[in-house]
Amino acid sequence: MSAVVAEHDDHHDDHDHGPAKGLLRWVITTNHKDIGTLYLVFSLAMFFVGGGMAMIIRAELFEPGLQFVQPQFFNSMTTMHALVMVFGAVMPAFVGLANWMIPMMIGAPDMALPRMNNMSFWLLVAGVSLLASTLFMEGGAPAGGWTMYPPLMLQTGKALPFAIFAVHLLGLSSIMGAINIIATIFNMRAPGMTLMKMPLFVWTWLITGFLLIAIMPVFAGAVTMLLTDKYFGTSFFDAAGGGDPVLYQHIFWFFGHPEVYVMILPTFGVASTIIPVFARKPLFGYSSMVYATASIAFLSFVVWAHHMFTVGMPIAGELYFMYATMLIAIPTGVKVFNWTATMWKGSMTFETPMLFSIAFVVLFTMGGFTGLMMSIAPSDFQYHDTYFIVAHFHYTLVPASIFILMAAGYYWLPKWTGHMYNEKIGQLHFWLSAVSVNILFFPQHFLGLAGMPRRIPDYAVQFADWNMISSIGGFIFGASQLLFLYIVIDTIRGGTGEKVTDEVWEDAHKHGLEWTLPSPPPYHTFTTPPTVIPTEHI
Amino acid sequence: MSTSGAYYVPHKATWPVLATAGLVTMLAGFANYLNGSSIGPTMMVAGLVIFIVMLAGWFTLQAGESESGMYNTQVGISYRMGMMWFIFSEIMFFAVFFGTLWYTRNLSVPWLGGEGTGAATKELLWPSFDAAWPTNGPKALGLDHSGARTTGAEFEPMGAWGLPFLNTLILLSSGVTVTWAHHGLLAKNRDQLIKGLIATVALGFLFVTFQAFEYHEAYTEMGLTLGSGIYGSTFFMLTGFHGAHVCIGAIILSVVLFRSWKGHFKPENHFAFEAAAWYWHFVDVVWLGLFIFVYLM
Repeated sequence: MSAVVAEHDDHHDDHDHGPAKGLLRWVITTNHKDIGTLYLVFSLAMFFVGGGMAMIIRAELFEPGLQFVQPQFFNSMTTMHALVMVFGAVMPAFVGLANWMIPMMIGAPDMALPRMNNMSFWLLVAGVSLLASTLFMEGGAPAGGWTMYPPLMLQTGKALPFAIFAVHLLGLSSIMGAINIIATIFNMRAPGMTLMKMPLFVWTWLITGFLLIAIMPVFAGAVTMLLTDKYFGTSFFDAAGGGDPVLYQHIFWFFGHPEVYVMILPTFGVASTIIPVFARKPLFGYSSMVYATASIAFLSFVVWAHHMFTVGMPIAGELYFMYATMLIAIPTGVKVFNWTATMWKGSMTFETPMLFSIAFVVLFTMGGFTGLMMSIAPSDFQYHDTYFIVAHFHYTLVPASIFILMAAGYYWLPKWTGHMYNEKIGQLHFWLSAVSVNILFFPQHFLGLAGMPRRIPDYAVQFADWNMISSIGGFIFGASQLLFLYIVIDTIRGGTGEKVTDEVWEDAHKHGLEWTLPSPPPYHTFTTPPTVIPTEHI
Repeated sequence: MSTSGAYYVPHKATWPVLATAGLVTMLAGFANYLNGSSIGPTMMVAGLVIFIVMLAGWFTLQAGESESGMYNTQVGISYRMGMMWFIFSEIMFFAVFFGTLWYTRNLSVPWLGGEGTGAATKELLWPSFDAAWPTNGPKALGLDHSGARTTGAEFEPMGAWGLPFLNTLILLSSGVTVTWAHHGLLAKNRDQLIKGLIATVALGFLFVTFQAFEYHEAYTEMGLTLGSGIYGSTFFMLTGFHGAHVCIGAIILSVVLFRSWKGHFKPENHFAFEAAAWYWHFVDVVWLGLFIFVYLM
């Protein structure tokens, strides 16, 4: 990596260089750290909102029969849980990390387009607010699943146009955020910070930014056609007029498959940033990590119809999408191998960020293997729309994306706040989460293989035992996350009281520019370009 | 990577929040209108007013900062990257509707007519359906005068060699005039810059006017509406979104024209002009795609 000689000159004229006073600071800020904080706080709040919905789902599924909620509301919960978690929690959390870390990692003063940065955050809030408002509307919140397939989705009540415009606003927000990140990485690097010296978190976000700009307009187009089909008499998805409902699925998944990689590529980036620090070794195979990320991103555009194996595609389509999907296992395997090789013979210590990262490597790999199973088209006819799918993508999202977001929180909170978190409670949070997440999701593989369909409020009695175990795991997992909330608040308010050093973790300054800055870093990191002195390659 | 001297970082922006407020008010108003709520139109107008005030304010701020020399080369590059990636996102947006046209025309309509594995579909559902393009589907959908859906409707597809061809010539000429204006700007010939921009904006609005005539003819004489099955859907969606983008482009060019009048832009620093010109060429290229795939083929 490289070391930095930061020139913090405090003697330039200072009339408008500090934050604004009072709450208004957060509304009109253009500072990448403020906006990063806004994103992270908002996403943490949405994590609990979406998590609350998940608790309703697991409570209803605790036993067969209808206990707590009506089927329509149950379906609203599965739909809104997914939308809130994807667009309100995971994506904004990674944008928040990008805002905080990318300028510090590449030696930039701020994001390239600070005013647009402010707008992308507030568009996110506006979009999620529109979406949340549908919960209180006549006919209820959208209940057709987060995929919004027609014709089912067109049966939504008054919520439909609100949900569609929410998607437009969220898409706009993501595109602006992505443009900003790409412009920052290409244009704002300090002298000496060449592309192949960038931390992998920056690399993965560069590629994710490209994915976002390419796919969010596609989703916007798809839901626009839903809107005109419902209100303006078009027949894009209506066979009576020559349209095709399957067309929606193609367009949606052309967006949707890269979209799930939008949530996993920055995850890979954070893992590749944390693991070397606690293994006290450089990352194994840096350049192969970069190429693997790019390969995964490319493949994500050409595999979408593996979500639709049972829809009745021509056999050539089934075969093509099956083989193309299997190819993804190769670059992903490279990554898992590299993380393992990074740890091999390292002097490892197991602080909370590292524990979450190791759990990520193991559990994400399991989610990857079930993905490989489902890529086999004939087998997928058995798995399709069952709890096996639910188990698969929750393994790639919860003990992968969410765990890495937790790891990132523990890893960088001391840098952001200048305070150390409580390691004992952190480890308790980890072990409770790691055990309960498996109790929660592993039995869902069995349920799915036995034929339990997803998105139903009631089920046949032979599924009762595993559902109850899964729900118990879910309640423990949900409750454990309150520990994280406690730790975040406690750390902001002073944590253990121990003053952390600039590098926080032993020898971390060898791994990233951010550890050469004070903890917490000044409001404006670099007012003039820092001099990056290359020391050792990652 | 260009790092020349001190970094430029703007502070304390109020326009982005106002932009968001305007947008969300407009969209919530539109959603209310679609739900038949009487508050909808009021909200839409209020949102639009906020949005227009925001645009005027934000543009004035940026133009003022640019003219007072606050933007160095690095800021200029960030803006150019931002505009290029924005245009890329617009290309992807249009790609959806071009893809829809391709898919329905070449795959799903023939399947409805019995091709591939669609034999049973044809036999059991619509045995008399002739799957030829253009089509308004097996039920021959259309809209009556009150906007209600009808079946068994007939329509006439839009030909290529009338107004659409004229519009092609208009847009291509406007691409030439905007380049001529650019040459004027580079040669410090302000008269040529302003005349070129006036011509471009005028051609843009002429295009939209002709398109309005075309739509009027489609609705009143050809039976071709947004409800004319998949042909009407794709035709109006593609040309309609394109027309909206011509309007946006013409408005951007009008702002650039106004600024040229005020004496803004230098040969070495005129990002707003470049961005407007790029956007205009993008709109132009999309039209060529439309002319070929929607009108000609």
